[in-house]
Amino acid sequence: MEQAVLTSLDPLIGALREHGYAVVGPTVRDGVIRFCELGSAADLPAGWTDEQAPGAYRLREGGEPVFGFAASPDSVKRFTHPPRSTLFRMRDGVPEAVPVEAPKVALLGVRACDLAGLAVQDRVFLGGRYPDEAYRARRAALFLIAVNCAVPGGTCFCASMNTGPRATSGFDLALTELTGPHRFLAESGSERGATLLEALPSRPATDADRQAARQVSETAEQRMGRHVELDGVKERLTERRESPVWNEIASRCLTCANCTMVCPTCFCATIEDGTDLADGSASRAERWDSCFTLEFTELGGAPVRSSGAARYRQWLTHKFSTWVDQFGTYGCVGCGRCITWCPTGIDITEELERLR
Amino acid sequence: MIPAPYRVRSRRPDRADTVTLTLEPVEGTCPPFLPGQFTMLYAPGVGEIPISISGRARSGGYVQTIRAVGAVSRALCRMRRGDIVGVRGPFGTSWDLAAAHGLDVVVAAGGLGLAPLRPVIRELEAHGVRYGRISLIAGTRTPATLMYPRELARWGRDFDVQVTVDHPDRAWKGPTGLITKLVGRIVFEPRRTYAFVCGPEVMMRATAEELLRRGVPAERIALSLERNMKCGIGRCGHCQLGPLFTCLDGPVLTYDRVSALMEVKQL
Amino acid sequence: MSRLAVWKFASCDGCQLTLLDCEDELLSVAAQVDIAYFLEASSDRGAGPYDLSLVEGSITTPDDLERIKHVRRVSKHLVTIGACATAGGVQALRDLADVREFAAVVYARPDYIRTLDRSTPVSAHVPVDFELRGCPIDRGQLLEIIGAFLAGRRPVVPAHSVCVECKARGNPCVLAAHGTPCLGPVTQAGCGALCPAFNRGCFGCFGPMESPNAAALNARLRAAGMDDDELGRVYRTFNVTTFGSSSDA
Ligand code: SF4
Ligand code: SF4
Ligand code: SF4
Ligand code: SF4
Repeated sequence: MEQAVLTSLDPLIGALREHGYAVVGPTVRDGVIRFCELGSAADLPAGWTDEQAPGAYRLREGGEPVFGFAASPDSVKRFTHPPRSTLFRMRDGVPEAVPVEAPKVALLGVRACDLAGLAVQDRVFLGGRYPDEAYRARRAALFLIAVNCAVPGGTCFCASMNTGPRATSGFDLALTELTGPHRFLAESGSERGATLLEALPSRPATDADRQAARQVSETAEQRMGRHVELDGVKERLTERRESPVWNEIASRCLTCANCTMVCPTCFCATIEDGTDLADGSASRAERWDSCFTLEFTELGGAPVRSSGAARYRQWLTHKFSTWVDQFGTYGCVGCGRCITWCPTGIDITEELERLR
Repeated sequence: MIPAPYRVRSRRPDRADTVTLTLEPVEGTCPPFLPGQFTMLYAPGVGEIPISISGRARSGGYVQTIRAVGAVSRALCRMRRGDIVGVRGPFGTSWDLAAAHGLDVVVAAGGLGLAPLRPVIRELEAHGVRYGRISLIAGTRTPATLMYPRELARWGRDFDVQVTVDHPDRAWKGPTGLITKLVGRIVFEPRRTYAFVCGPEVMMRATAEELLRRGVPAERIALSLERNMKCGIGRCGHCQLGPLFTCLDGPVLTYDRVSALMEVKQL
Repeated sequence: MSRLAVWKFASCDGCQLTLLDCEDELLSVAAQVDIAYFLEASSDRGAGPYDLSLVEGSITTPDDLERIKHVRRVSKHLVTIGACATAGGVQALRDLADVREFAAVVYARPDYIRTLDRSTPVSAHVPVDFELRGCPIDRGQLLEIIGAFLAGRRPVVPAHSVCVECKARGNPCVLAAHGTPCLGPVTQAGCGALCPAFNRGCFGCFGPMESPNAAALNARLRAAGMDDDELGRVYRTFNVTTFGSSSDA
């Protein structure tokens, strides 16, 4: 592991560009801080922060930090498991593979929970009997620069899930933003990260820098917006399959699927058939799907999970119970997105508490 | 997720709305399959559905029986000799015939459920000496919807075959009503019995419960589950039943693993 | 070659124009189907029967009633297109009032007006094979209907919420991020989440999604500052008969 102190991120962005990466990072757009391609470090949301609460996100002006905000509306999933991708085309009875689009992207500013989400996705897409080669290709094309969280959001609970706020693995480089004077403590997590770091203008890290960085993460950990008690949660949810609480939640749930769409680990997809009217060829494409839709469980013309209660139960039970049976981890990394972006503000941490 | 092109070598209309196709790869040979496994069959331009393998033809091709219920199955049923079908698989778990060695065997089929059980029956037919008493009970809507009538008649010479129908016609002289009634009419020693059960979910549950009540251990009652399935390889997430992916952990599962899950409504 | 017909009832023609707007694709369509009856595009009146009839517009007059029965008789597949044909359209606002009163206000000789009390969807009168929602319909979905019909498959026209498309498109949610009222969670997808992509809330053009929970959304919209009048209006724009009572939920 290499460590060094950077005073500007422009050389880093420039170096990544030289290596052929499109540099994508947080920037203020559409009234939120979202990941877009960056021209220079000036596009980063310096002076902006977000306020996140159940069903509510607000952009606010807030002080000096460049990375003084929490999880973005969208997760890294968009890059590794895009909303829609064509699988193959078939012309005259001959299937033709469609080349996988796997552009080289450097993600600057991913959080510990995002990295944890990727680790979960790796198990889902690559850990089984039938690895997803398209995922593998897209994943391999990513260069990951983590930023350790200093200001967790109001809906964050990575500390409960043991996935943050400090990035400990899964990155090429990790930055901790430090103030007085403004600087970044950078550490490498991979060989290519170390090589890149060595080539950047920097000064060696001191104990004071390291101590300040540790302090950032410790403070962040104490400022988590939410908390989940994991002890016994897996067993409890399967015992609560017939609980009346599910119906009560369903009265507030829109079955709109926003939670599953924003979740960094939700992997479900459907496959759609297409017809090219011009040449008569057929195609099949994979598209994000959700256990909140009725077609998801349609069998013989009727959905198995017709009630909203059954669909909400599938989601929450999958995340905190059956996911463990299937993949050996929780399906939740504590990013809080499903809470912030649920239009009616249903809060999984609260619902888990009510299902105790 | 890309299917291999197969050619329809033969097409046999069965009863009413079912068709049995024999499929052979355009190139190479069919990969081996185990009884109970399924393939994802793709009707080009229309869509893909899971269909169980009912056997291997003498030519080596897969024998698969399809009931026309949706757009994809209708398109598959319409296929003619020489047409191209996309095939992925075989996928999923299989009927554990070895576990039934030395035991009495009950095969229980509801409706189209006979199709996934056909390779089991063929094995019982070929190696009857390996098993104890063998009984085959089947339920169907009407006498006209009974699957494989000719083969059933032949199997009747080797084992105790009993059929019940929901709606008899004038010519029907056999039993009517639920298949569970037939469980009482066949001879088996419950503690030394293995059961292979396939059909609609309510039928499988009722049959499994009846067998269980008579003393057949839950781990010796095998069922073949059906769920919405888009990929067949544990990726689309549609086929989950609690912790199970029906495509990977199933479709064939023993009752001890699924009875609690099947009890929960809309799981 | 399959024969296609396009029929118009009470409507603004917008949905038929969507078909004309398909220009390039229309040539491909024309190569694969015989567009036998389409007054909007030509004056050629081909005789039935038709393999696929696309019907635009709602049923508002006694003549319409007879004509839609004729259309059904001469069509193998009948697909209704747009909010008028599938839900009665904007003109179904009359259902909430006395149509004779309207006529008296609008027309000099209201006694010349032969009209029904209600504006009803086609499905209220004849069996419909598929309903394509929207006001107007989405051109991609229209082409999908035709492509699926030609391939003999089920059209990919999901009945889930607009939110699914909104997220796939990468829009930040206007409801959560700005408090902008949005009907996306209770509205069927199909438009590609057009309005939220331009920072506006969804107006509900495609009608209710598969399992709408209007009560839950209304609680949220009231919290965002909407009063009951406003709530009533947002639900009644394009899909009166289907969304009608959602504001009371
Ligand atoms: S379940 Fe919610 S909090 Fe957990 S990872 Fe998914 S979106 Fe984040
Ligand atoms: S929660 Fe639902 S959408 Fe997400 S992975 Fe599980 S089944 Fe799929
Ligand atoms: S929990 Fe919230 S985001 Fe998820 S489906 Fe229900 S209303 Fe939509
Ligand atoms: S903007 Fe509207 S359609 Fe989009 S996610 Fe939010 S509520 Fe749903």
